[in-house]
Amino acid sequence: MSVAAEPRVPAAVERHESPLRRRLGEFFDRKSAYVSVALLLLLIGAAVFAPWIAPQNPYDLAQLDIMDGRLAPGATSMDGKVFRLGTDEQGRDMLSAILYGLRISLFVGIVSTVAACSVGAAIGVFAAYKGGRVESLVMRAVDLQLSFPAILIALVLLAAFGRGIDKVIIALVVVQWAYYARTVRGSALVERNRDYMEAARCLALPKSRIVFRHLLPNCLPPLIVVATVQVAHAIALEATLSFLGVGVPVTEPSLGMLIKNGYDYLMSGKYWISTYPGIALVMAIVAINMVGDRLRDVLNPRLSK
Amino acid sequence: MLAYLIRRIGQALLTVAVMATIVFLAIYAVGNPVDILANPNADAKEMAEIAARLGLDRPLYEQFGLFVMNALQGDLGRSFVFNEPALKLIAQRMPATLELAFVALVFSVLIGIPLGVWAGLRPEGFAGRSIMTGSILGFSLPNFWIGLMLILLFAVELKWLPSGGRGPTTSLFGLQVSFLTWEGLRHLLLPAFTLALYKAALVVRLARAGTREAVLQDYVRFARAKGLSPRRIVLVHVLKNIMIPVVTVLGLELGSMIAFAVVTETVFAYPGMGKLLIDSIGRLDRPVIVAYLMLVVVIFVVINLVVDLVYAALDPRVRLTEAGA
Amino acid sequence: MSTSRTALAALLLAGSVLGASAQDLKIGVASEATSVDPHFHNVGQNNALRRHIFQSLVGADENQKPVPQLATSWKTLDDSTWEFKLRPGVTFSNGKPFTVRDFVYSVCRIPLVENSPSNFTIATKGIEAIESPDPQTLIIRTKGPYPLLPVEMSVFGIVSADAFGAEAEVKFAKSGCTGLGTPPKSADFNDPSKAIGTGPYKLKEYTRGTQLVVERNDSYWGDKPHWKTVTFRPITSAGPRVAALLAGDVDMIENPPIQDFEKIKSSGFEVIQGLSNRIIYIHLDQFTGPDWKTPGVKGTDKNPFLDKRVREAVSKAINRDAIVERIMGGVAVPAGQLLPVPLFGSSPDMKPDRFDPEAAKKLLAEAGYPNGFDLVLGSPNDRYINDEKVAQAVAQMLTRIGIRTTVDSMTASTFFSRRNKYDFSAYLAGWGADTGEMSNSLAALVTTQNYAPGFGNTNRGRYSNKTVDELTAKALTTIDDKAREDLLRQASKAAMQDYGIIPLHFEVSPWAYKKGIAYTPRVDQYTLAHEIRAK
Repeated sequence: MSVAAEPRVPAAVERHESPLRRRLGEFFDRKSAYVSVALLLLLIGAAVFAPWIAPQNPYDLAQLDIMDGRLAPGATSMDGKVFRLGTDEQGRDMLSAILYGLRISLFVGIVSTVAACSVGAAIGVFAAYKGGRVESLVMRAVDLQLSFPAILIALVLLAAFGRGIDKVIIALVVVQWAYYARTVRGSALVERNRDYMEAARCLALPKSRIVFRHLLPNCLPPLIVVATVQVAHAIALEATLSFLGVGVPVTEPSLGMLIKNGYDYLMSGKYWISTYPGIALVMAIVAINMVGDRLRDVLNPRLSK
Repeated sequence: MLAYLIRRIGQALLTVAVMATIVFLAIYAVGNPVDILANPNADAKEMAEIAARLGLDRPLYEQFGLFVMNALQGDLGRSFVFNEPALKLIAQRMPATLELAFVALVFSVLIGIPLGVWAGLRPEGFAGRSIMTGSILGFSLPNFWIGLMLILLFAVELKWLPSGGRGPTTSLFGLQVSFLTWEGLRHLLLPAFTLALYKAALVVRLARAGTREAVLQDYVRFARAKGLSPRRIVLVHVLKNIMIPVVTVLGLELGSMIAFAVVTETVFAYPGMGKLLIDSIGRLDRPVIVAYLMLVVVIFVVINLVVDLVYAALDPRVRLTEAGA
Repeated sequence: MSTSRTALAALLLAGSVLGASAQDLKIGVASEATSVDPHFHNVGQNNALRRHIFQSLVGADENQKPVPQLATSWKTLDDSTWEFKLRPGVTFSNGKPFTVRDFVYSVCRIPLVENSPSNFTIATKGIEAIESPDPQTLIIRTKGPYPLLPVEMSVFGIVSADAFGAEAEVKFAKSGCTGLGTPPKSADFNDPSKAIGTGPYKLKEYTRGTQLVVERNDSYWGDKPHWKTVTFRPITSAGPRVAALLAGDVDMIENPPIQDFEKIKSSGFEVIQGLSNRIIYIHLDQFTGPDWKTPGVKGTDKNPFLDKRVREAVSKAINRDAIVERIMGGVAVPAGQLLPVPLFGSSPDMKPDRFDPEAAKKLLAEAGYPNGFDLVLGSPNDRYINDEKVAQAVAQMLTRIGIRTTVDSMTASTFFSRRNKYDFSAYLAGWGADTGEMSNSLAALVTTQNYAPGFGNTNRGRYSNKTVDELTAKALTTIDDKAREDLLRQASKAAMQDYGIIPLHFEVSPWAYKKGIAYTPRVDQYTLAHEIRAK
């Protein structure tokens, strides 16, 4: 009945291949999974290859001309370029801006998540492994962190830091690490008492080996689920911060910043400046969330039939 | 239980103290209020006088010491801009935000639970899948974007609902509330819905997961085997199973709702404390920013504390495990 | 009842309903007054509110020209003595007559306002002594010639001495007044029974964050305003403010965003615009102190802006017409000086610098920067109209001549703090000339810091030019209007020809309102309900 009959001996942990393949198969059990993965890959591809596929480098101010500003989709510039998705008020080609913006949004989302995940997971595993005072101290810090809404912390931090992609990432790591620490610690607590851990301990394996080879891999499934969802969360958070006027620099806009810029023109019927980046943003978040959702279903053994 | 209670309250107080320090220092790092408060024509001497009047000329440790001393007596400072106690300013705005958050909470439950249970009962059906996809959308649409779209549609194009602001208020148990009048309710609809959407998606998730787990539970199987009507099974057994996580999570989320009201209130020009926070950040009105953040900390800590205590009361294992750790 | 009578009754009913609502006006204001106390905070929205309830000796017309208000006339008796004739028969809204005592009381109270984030001593500093030979005459003595005294008398409002229990005799002294009793706290004014002034309106209700309502003062000495009650609703975000107008929640709004003009007009509302006294400019760091490293400048180890040719290149690289046309939607006026033309001290012959990127490149090369350099341009993003967008357009234009510019924009509170710490080698900001005179702009922006009291306060580019300093200082002690204006024009020309500051454009302040009302734009950007007419 249960796929995740947890491995009972250390040797089985190292050979994860067959359950992995089985889970992959299960993941693609749904058509929606293909759609979301395809969409996500498409968006990531567009972001990665933006410098080669974008008609313009929207960050090179010398390529922009305000005389081409606020052109409708399909319009032609003074020197004959076609702006398929129109331009913003700086004369920035929206298609290029969206591709580059997607790049920044995904970059910020993924890097901050990976960083927060590494930091948080390390702390969580460490706490669970050490137990006692260390654990309760760490968990107090986690509670402290989680006892405060991410958006407010990030807002205050960025108000103090100023603008910059690096600063946004730092702020996002600060507000997100605790989720991972808690998740990992939670699973580690469960794993800690399992037989295979007892076995590993009895075999007198080095502590680092126990943590990294045995404890951590078994905490991974919930971590992957949380991380996937958090990437989407980080992207949305970054967009909201940009909307509130802190975040990435204006000359290198992320999707959130593009929406904010377009927000000023929405009422005047220049819908494209805000709408297309909005669609791109929502597509990215939806795709990631759908993948995360499937992962959750697959990796949560209790719900598997 | 008493020992657990004392320990938990002690931890809560410690949390508040640590957060107070962090918040104060963080706000201190953001700009110099005199630069934005002073009339642009003011010269260095006048700027110094302003700083002195507002107590900003003292060294950091003195300012912090003063803040702590006053805070212990329940005084979180006076607004630089409005020259009134920061807590009073926030208290004036608090009913509006709490009302918004509660109405949003009600919305999210009313939207989320029926959809979630439905999706949980028929996870593979078309409706079930559509609801889940819809909930992903609910998670994914940025709050400010939805707000703006709703204003454009319902206020500007259709003119059905007001574009923002708060309706007339009436007094209920000494609180000024607006949901008792039709006009007040009309003002609440759009912001509350905007704020509720994310939570509604969350409730859908919780309710669906809870339902799916419940239908696999032995007692539900047993009830089904006994031939109880599906309606009764859902209403009694399934709902009971999902209400605990839903209530817990929503309780915890009330705090984050109050925080996210910052964005919603900005979009809808709704005179709550979130709007006050954003305006105060713009004016560098430090006492108000600090007081607001402290208040949110206290709300969060209290909510967490209550949830923990209720848990402990309901489930003896919790306090035993905690005591053992 | 016959049909026609029913119709007539319905018409009358409709008329009376309309009549009631036609006397009420709701205004969506962009920022909320922080107190009703006229002396608490010297900031635009408070000063605008103040003018409804409290008046001053001297008023200012829509072009900031001093006009009689509580004083009917004024003149100099000698170089350091001004005589004001008070308007007879003026009473406060509590029925008490307005006298010299109220003026003295107000001047004396100004420095005593507790916790004031910015008070009005700036406007009373010139007063050395106050005398009153007869009840209708007020004599003010100043230290030396003080041409700006009448203008400064228009800056602060006069409160009723009796409302707060002043003694029978209130005496002014520079070192400290006597007879004040216990001066009121700012919060006291939030109570309608304490907010006693001589203005066309009186306070009716103040719910912070939600609304402020004033009603017609029936004992007002001047023309009664058209609107019986006026509600000011603070709607600080531009989008919701426009939406409130379009949805009919308010009748008039301040500062509709330029990009929404079309939408507003096509929805059946009117938009008016008027030149403001605010210049948007770029300051370039010209500090000459030792070991100064210009922040944000890369690709050179010198401070390029010390070279006039580089400053000129910056000015010539900027296409002001394009910025006004494309970024400001035509709602701004390209600037070649610090104050727009009808205002005192502006020169009709000073035109905006011509856009000439080729000449700019040549100047850069001549100055030793054939490959340009890197620059960070600081800018606020919520202070001036489209500030961040203008900064980006400027960055675009500078990049094209080889000064590779990135924009560092931030919320105003952070921006001003960083600017005041000289964090930017180039920054975009704005200056509104409170007094409506060129002397104010020159003294604040281009005179050497600390050359004289009040000089160079906002000269964060640290530009220094002896000619400008001397001419401005001289103008500020020249009583004769014509001679003063001439000196100011010379000073202004000297600063502009040296490219000490780069003017971009004058902001135009817009209002939008429903059909059926009219407003004459004011250069000080105030929205004054008693000047809003019904058409």
